[in-house]
Amino acid sequence: MVVLIMPINNVEQLGDLHFDVLREIGSIGSGNAASALSGLLNCETSIAVPKVTLLDFNESVNFLGGPENIVIGMLVDIKGDITAMMLYVLQREFADKMASAVFGSNISDILSMNEMETSFISEIGNILGASYINAIAQLTGLAIDISIPYMTIDMAGAILSVPTIHFAQVGDKVLFIDDCFSIGDDAIKSNMILVPEMKSLETLFSKLGVNH
Amino acid sequence: MPITVGIADLKAGKAPDVIVTYALGSCVGICLYDASTKVGGLAHIMLPLSTEAAAYTADNKYRYADTGIAELITLMERKGASKTRMTAKIAGGAQMFSSNSAVFNIGERNVIAVRQILAKNGIRIAAQAVGSNYGRTVFFHTDKGTMEVRAATKPTQMM
Repeated sequence: MVVLIMPINNVEQLGDLHFDVLREIGSIGSGNAASALSGLLNCETSIAVPKVTLLDFNESVNFLGGPENIVIGMLVDIKGDITAMMLYVLQREFADKMASAVFGSNISDILSMNEMETSFISEIGNILGASYINAIAQLTGLAIDISIPYMTIDMAGAILSVPTIHFAQVGDKVLFIDDCFSIGDDAIKSNMILVPEMKSLETLFSKLGVNH
Repeated sequence: MPITVGIADLKAGKAPDVIVTYALGSCVGICLYDASTKVGGLAHIMLPLSTEAAAYTADNKYRYADTGIAELITLMERKGASKTRMTAKIAGGAQMFSSNSAVFNIGERNVIAVRQILAKNGIRIAAQAVGSNYGRTVFFHTDKGTMEVRAATKPTQMM
């Protein structure tokens, strides 16, 4: 599962067309991610059509397995024609599946990963991040730069609060775009969260010819 | 069952209630306690001062240090507590991602604002577990006013 979150002022602002656009971005992004991961892991990948839902903070934390669920969070700053923050939340099982596909063994302890595991996981983050950013750039022709991912491993609630606080002025509700992709025989769960500023969301929609 | 406080939320109770807030990152948890009535309260604030906020409205006052603490004091007074007897214990205000970007040091600004507002109200800070780079869960025990701080990789602290 890949999750894309956007803060919005009020639910009525978004119509079916906006949801379709976000779903499309989610689709292309996960398509890109699936083929990049398939190359890295050397096995077949597929994705399902993304679902788009509106949740508040507490609901989205529950969606990530509860506030105290230990997850890997990777945050990327997005600059250029749009300003945003992207957060990928990788679940323990996701990291384990990836690691066992490449190293032949699970990650021993998510809370004390060695240097090789850390750099491998942040590379996965890089790949996922670039996949979504490229999807947006492909669709809109916007010029977008991304920072290196900042990684932390901690409680899901504490990690998700970072983009939430940053955009707390914008709105309480976040938009989840989640889609499942499977690699090999396994359905792998991970969550990706994109938090653009409102103006950036408007830029994005207007580039795509959807009036905001 | 403990009383749960969400993000940008607050609750008050009386001994033997236990009030909990999960996974404070750069948010700050403020536990206020009146030992003589054993009334305790916990606020989970996200941002420093409502007066500096562009989008402040009366329906999000639990979100800010100043308005959140004021609301918590009022709620506790309604349960019989007196502001003059209150002491505070605070936790959170971490920097979850290490980067020099000002975007990420909101935790520190939250802690500064909380200290400032408590001082303005004449409420002494009796204990604190703030800063650093990890998330914290707080259980506030109103029987003795003990703040229990849990973290993923750190031993539990009773303070």
